[in-house]
Amino acid sequence: MPDIILYTKNLCKSYAGLQANTDLNIQLIQGEIHALIGPNGAGKSTAIAQLSGELVPSSGSIYFNGKDVTLMPVYERARMGLSRSFQVTSVFEEMSVQENLALAIQAHHGHSFYFWAAIQKNKLLNQQAAELATQFGLLEHLDLAAGALAHGEKRQLEIALTLAGNPQVLLLDEPMAGIGPGGSKELTRLLDGLRGQYSILLVEHDMDAVFALADRISVLVYGELIATGTVQEIRANEEVQKAYLGVST
Amino acid sequence: MIFTMNRKFIFLLIALIVLMALPFVAEAIGESYVISSMTRVLIFAMAAVSLDLIVGYGAMVSFGHAAFVGLGAYVAAILSFHVNEAIPVFNFPFSYDGSNNLLLILLVAMLVAALVAAVTGLISLRTHGIHFIMITLAFAQMLYYLFISLDTYGGEDGLLMQGRNQLPVIDTSDDRSFYFLCLFILAVYIVLALRLVNSQFGRVIQGCKLNEKRMQALGFNTYWYRLTAYIIAATGAAVAGVLLANKTEYVDPGLFSWHLSGELLVMVILGGLGSIYGAVIGAIVYLLLEQILSAYTEHWMFYLGPILIFVVIFARNGLYGLLQKRLNGHA
Repeated sequence: MPDIILYTKNLCKSYAGLQANTDLNIQLIQGEIHALIGPNGAGKSTAIAQLSGELVPSSGSIYFNGKDVTLMPVYERARMGLSRSFQVTSVFEEMSVQENLALAIQAHHGHSFYFWAAIQKNKLLNQQAAELATQFGLLEHLDLAAGALAHGEKRQLEIALTLAGNPQVLLLDEPMAGIGPGGSKELTRLLDGLRGQYSILLVEHDMDAVFALADRISVLVYGELIATGTVQEIRANEEVQKAYLGVST
Repeated sequence: MIFTMNRKFIFLLIALIVLMALPFVAEAIGESYVISSMTRVLIFAMAAVSLDLIVGYGAMVSFGHAAFVGLGAYVAAILSFHVNEAIPVFNFPFSYDGSNNLLLILLVAMLVAALVAAVTGLISLRTHGIHFIMITLAFAQMLYYLFISLDTYGGEDGLLMQGRNQLPVIDTSDDRSFYFLCLFILAVYIVLALRLVNSQFGRVIQGCKLNEKRMQALGFNTYWYRLTAYIIAATGAAVAGVLLANKTEYVDPGLFSWHLSGELLVMVILGGLGSIYGAVIGAIVYLLLEQILSAYTEHWMFYLGPILIFVVIFARNGLYGLLQKRLNGHA
C-alpha cells in the first residue's frame, strides 16, 4: 500500500441546492502526479477550493498527512505544506518579480512581525528568491513588475510562488490556462522535473499535458468521480469516453 | 541612481531647513501666529501619516481614524484636569491622581488607543471595503457620543486645559519650543514609518492590499497582520491627538467626529496614497489651502472641492506622485 498524503472522505459541497461535489473520495499518493479532469462545470475548481481551504465542505472530510484538516484555514494548510496555484493568475502585479518571490518565501520563515530591518537587505530572502527565479527562468526579469510580464512568464511566476517554501503537496489549478502550445510544452517539461519531489494534484484541460504528466487520472463529471486509474485505464474506460473524452467507440 | 538619491536628499534637506527657520522668520516679521498654525500642520501631518499606513499601504480605508486622535487628546486633557482639580482619576485598585507629564501622557494615550484599536479592529477587520468604512465610522461616532455624554469632562462643550502638559528641560508653554517639539516628534515618526513600510511586516501589509487571497494561500494569517497595522496606526494618531490638545489647550467631542476622519482621508489622498512623504505634503497643502481660501471666503470648501477633484483625476498618485517624477529627473 503506497503512502497516501492527501485524501478526502465523502466530500460534498452544495450551493443552494446545487450539488457541486458529491461524495468525492480522492486519494493523492506520495510523489505522484495525479490529474483531475472533467468537462467545464464538473466541480474541479470546487474540489481544489475545498482541498486548499477556501471553501468549507458541506459534509465529508479532508485528511492531509493523516490529519483531519477539513476546517483548517487556508494559511494554516499552506504552512503545513499544502500549496495551491490559481487558475486566474494571482500574483502581486504592482510588485517586482523579486518582491513576489521574496514575499512567498517569507511566508515560510516563521512569522513576519519584523518592523525595523530593511527587507531589501535580507540576504537569505534575496538568495532564495534568486534561486527560485533561476529554477523558473525568471532571473532576467527580477526587477520587472509582475504585471509587466508576458502571460506565459506570469504563469511560471504563479507556479514559482506556489513552490516557495518547499510544500509537500501542490494543487495546480489549470496551470496551462491560456499560454499557448509552446508555453504549455515548456511548463509541461518544468512540471515533469518536479516529479517525485512533490505530490501534485493537477487540474488541467490540456489533454496532451495531462497524458504526458499524469501517473494517475481521476475523472469528475457532474460533481462525481466516475473513474480513477492510470492513463491507459482511463483511455480505455468506456464510461469516461462517453462522458468526457468524446471518442466514439 | 545616486543622482536621484541626491535630488531627493536635497529636497528633504531644504524642507527641513525651511521648517527649522520658519519660527524665527515668523517672529522677525512679526507674524508669530504662523508658528501656531504651522504647529497644527505638523500635528495633522503626523495623523495623516498614521492613517496612510493603513489606508495607503494596507487598503484598510478607515473612516474613523479621528477616534484615535480624539482619544489621545482626551487622555491629555483628562489626566491634567485631575491634577489641577485634585480629584483622583480612579481610587480602585489604587488611587491615581492624574498627570501633567507629557511623556507619561503620550505613553498612556498610545496604550489607550492601542487597546481601543485592538477591540474595534478585531471586529471591523472581519470586513472589507465599504463595510469596513462603515464599521470604523460607526465606532468613531459611538465614541463621539460617549464623550458628549461625559458631563464630568465638559460633555458637548469640551474641556479647557489649564496650560500645556510639561516636559523636563523643554518649556512647552513657549510656542516656539512647542513647535520644535512637534517637528521633532513628526520627524521621528516619519523615520519609524519609513522603516515600517520597508520592513518584512510592511511588505506583508502591502501584499494584503494587493492580493489578500494569495497572501493566505502563501501561508500568511492576514487578519493578525492587518490588525497589528491597525493598532500601530491608532497609536500614531493618539500621539497627534495629545499634541493637538496641548496646542489648543482645549478638547471637545468634535475631535472624534467623521468630519475630522474625512479631512484626514482627504489629506492622504491629496498627497498620494501609499507614500509617507505624500501624507505629509497632503496635510501641509490641505491646511494651507484651507487657511488661504478661508481668508477670502467662508465658503472655502466650495473652492477646495474642485481642486481635490482635479488632483484625484490628473494625478493618480497625488501631489507626491507629481513631485516624485521631478525628483527622479524624468517625466
